[in-house]
Amino acid sequence: MGGRRSVSYLPHTDADRRAMLEAIGVAGLEALFADVPARVRFPSLDLPAAISELELARLARELAGANTDIEGCARFLGAGAYHHFRPATVDYVLRRGEFYTSYTPYQPEVSQGMLQAMFEYQSLICRLTAMEVSNASHYDGATALAEGVLLALDSTKGDRTKVVISPTVHPQYREVVRTYLHGSEATVTGDERLENGIAELKAMLDARTAALVIQDPDFFGQFVDVEGLAEAVHAAGALLIVIADPIALGLFRPPGEYGADVAVAEGQPLGLPLSYGGPRLGIFASRKAYLRRMAGRIVGETVDADGRRGYVLTLGTREQHIRREKATSNICTNAALMALGAAVYLATMGKSGMTKVARLCYQKSHYAAAKIHEVAGLSINPHAPLRSYFREFVVRLGRPVAEVNRVLLEEHRILGGYDLARDYPSLQGHMLVAVTEMNTREEIDRLARALKAVCR
Amino acid sequence: MTRAEAMSEPTLYELSVPGRRGVDLPDPDVPEAELPSDLLRADNGQPELSQLDVVRHYLHLSQMNYGVDGGFYPLGSCTMKYNPKINEELAALPAFAQSHPLQAAATVQGNLALMHQLQEWLCEIGGFAAVSLQPAAGAHGELTGLLMMRAYHRARGEAGRTKVLIPDSAHGTNPASTTMAGLDVLEVPSDERGNIDLGALRAACDATVVGLMITNPNTLGLFEERIEEVVRIVHDCGGLVYGDGANMNALAGVVRPGDLGFDVMHFNLHKSFSTPHGGGGPGAGPVGASARLADYLPGPIVVETGGEEDGDDARYRLAAPPRSIGRMCAFWGNFGMLVRGWAYIRQHGAEGLRANSMHAVLNANYLRVRLREAYRVPYDRVNMHELVCEGRIAGSDVHALDVSKRLIDLGFHPPTNYFPLIVPEALMIEPTETESLQTLDAFVAAMLRIAREAIEEPETLRAAPHVTPVRRLDEVRAARQLILCQGHL
Repeated sequence: MGGRRSVSYLPHTDADRRAMLEAIGVAGLEALFADVPARVRFPSLDLPAAISELELARLARELAGANTDIEGCARFLGAGAYHHFRPATVDYVLRRGEFYTSYTPYQPEVSQGMLQAMFEYQSLICRLTAMEVSNASHYDGATALAEGVLLALDSTKGDRTKVVISPTVHPQYREVVRTYLHGSEATVTGDERLENGIAELKAMLDARTAALVIQDPDFFGQFVDVEGLAEAVHAAGALLIVIADPIALGLFRPPGEYGADVAVAEGQPLGLPLSYGGPRLGIFASRKAYLRRMAGRIVGETVDADGRRGYVLTLGTREQHIRREKATSNICTNAALMALGAAVYLATMGKSGMTKVARLCYQKSHYAAAKIHEVAGLSINPHAPLRSYFREFVVRLGRPVAEVNRVLLEEHRILGGYDLARDYPSLQGHMLVAVTEMNTREEIDRLARALKAVCR
Repeated sequence: MTRAEAMSEPTLYELSVPGRRGVDLPDPDVPEAELPSDLLRADNGQPELSQLDVVRHYLHLSQMNYGVDGGFYPLGSCTMKYNPKINEELAALPAFAQSHPLQAAATVQGNLALMHQLQEWLCEIGGFAAVSLQPAAGAHGELTGLLMMRAYHRARGEAGRTKVLIPDSAHGTNPASTTMAGLDVLEVPSDERGNIDLGALRAACDATVVGLMITNPNTLGLFEERIEEVVRIVHDCGGLVYGDGANMNALAGVVRPGDLGFDVMHFNLHKSFSTPHGGGGPGAGPVGASARLADYLPGPIVVETGGEEDGDDARYRLAAPPRSIGRMCAFWGNFGMLVRGWAYIRQHGAEGLRANSMHAVLNANYLRVRLREAYRVPYDRVNMHELVCEGRIAGSDVHALDVSKRLIDLGFHPPTNYFPLIVPEALMIEPTETESLQTLDAFVAAMLRIAREAIEEPETLRAAPHVTPVRRLDEVRAARQLILCQGHL
């Protein structure tokens, strides 16, 4: 037992093992496990037998091959996860073993690289969102939102237990918020009816409301009317939490400009692979006033013993390893490497690249909407046709979306949009279509023609 | 030029020059629609660098960072083992990496089959009835487990159970997760052998107890000697047992927590199952549950079907468990990390996993007997995958921090220090199984040298490290004169 060498990364030779056991003063490896109840010690596990790296690679490729090949497909599926251009610099940096095989930078002298990269990430995010402070990441946009809601409840000292959330916030984000609030007195309201627009949500604000949550652009891709919104929320004594889109922020108004108290976002579009939905990046930014209630790691600039600039994790007294049950959150492991990837993306794209990618998404999605309407005669954004939108829009197909998508994929090499009926019963036959800089005019024209053929 | 000067690196914003750019995008191939001028911003605030500027910047930063690939990283409770390179390659396979989380199940059968296998394997390794892969990290798994336990009691009409028992040696995430779940922490002391104090445990167990959160082996690296009795006491009062799987690297193939009576536990794929730590994340914290808690798992999870439902011929589908607490994050979990964990288990098999656990324990015990030549080991009995010693030397006033910083000079990442809280000047050392005897001996030699230096030249320790890009940093100043992002908005 334990002597098998062929498939593990163990460096121990028989001689090493003997010498070590002798130093410890036990006869064999098994003797180290006397504290484990004999009844259950060394179970026989029903797992496939060990294999070599070569066989492993073959098996994994077989599994990967069981996925439908979408590489050559025109892709129009978004709904919170987006197919964007990924500059080669991102993977180049993420593959540096110095970064990806390191731990949380608790020892700053040997972690200045990651610490400076996180400090820069915070700086990039503050400017992108026009917020004052950013943490060094959450797991994803949905959990970042849940932490934002907890911050709002905490900062209103428990007197306020109502969270108003727009029905056009990503459905899965709303579910995560509800899960996170199981243990609290708080209730979530506002999203019961899709018809609850900004006016209805404003009317729900009262002395018990801790926060109003909107997504801008919303789950359907439409910009929200934020005129006077922050003022109304603040007048009610609540916080405005905005879920932003980091690509839209390259060109469009950021939440910090219209009074948001907390801005969160899913960072995956910033150069990170779709990877079937994870790992992702939870962006979290806020105002200075809420800094000490923020969850997660924060990097600060300081100086070393010689006065030289350096970086450390700071404000640790908010965190679980110091404050235990009084911490602002339980978060420990975050999404640091994803934050690094996003920072490399932002640095590579830069000011002009971020403007351009946002502009391309805007132009192409508008071209696609017009084309689909013109060629296929389908109604675009039937629920709110006059609102401005970005990258995504709703098409009323008049046929079940899953059925249409099957034909699009099998006959037209097109990965169709999201079936809104999955979350909104009133939107049977409505497809959410995402168009990014990755979609060519030819692909968009093909989609319009295919929809015409399928939905006729 | 000194090493430190050579290693300092300007920030992205300091390197930024107006007009530069790192990458080109194609011009629009569609007619341009008018932009809504009222919704535009003046400046997105991003820096302007050439691509080579970007590459050099991050290469320089990487050179100022220490990873497992560069050297020994004996950080206790973190399991800094080798991250197999093949796993990185497999997670990046385009068919995995480019798949969209909302594709129809029939088009991602490879992903779902992989997740289903991983669920089954983790059930087998942990001795559980079902597993959800959704939690994104260990603490996320803890919150998941606590919400499940809470929901279980409520479903049985026992909403009066609000107390969670947590040993004083526990990770800080345990009490923090308990608070997030809306439950109350009751700390249980440890006894003189490093086990839970059974008398205190018995006294605390009543009809208000949700359950016990236990890390086994605990953060002293010790296996609970009377674990079956501990579980029995908690179950007898109607409570549940949550296992903090952070230290599973000692136990895979050695004992199944489910066989010990644990009701729910998270696995840290980024510890025991070799997925990289990424400078702090992402990780993956799948949660396993016994039969009575399985229905409460967060979801959806992957289920195998006959393939007949609504005309879909998909064998694997996503479905929420019947009494699920709900979603813990968007989509289905950190799939890229799941691929790596899957690869690790598949490559090793049962014998390989057991061999790894046993050698992790061998390495840690070897360090214990060698280090106690100079450092006090307060709970000096056979330990599991890690050991805790006191980082102070009789006759010297140096601290664990000084020992840690001096280790950096000698080429090693420091151990976890000042944790667990119940050991003064704690140094918590976890070598992992992938380190060789030569590496361990070199580490021991460094530690023994430091113990000598503590007596002969304590200033060398107090001023350490000497060879890094920066020397000790002023953490008080960082927290008082807050600079958290560069430049004024």
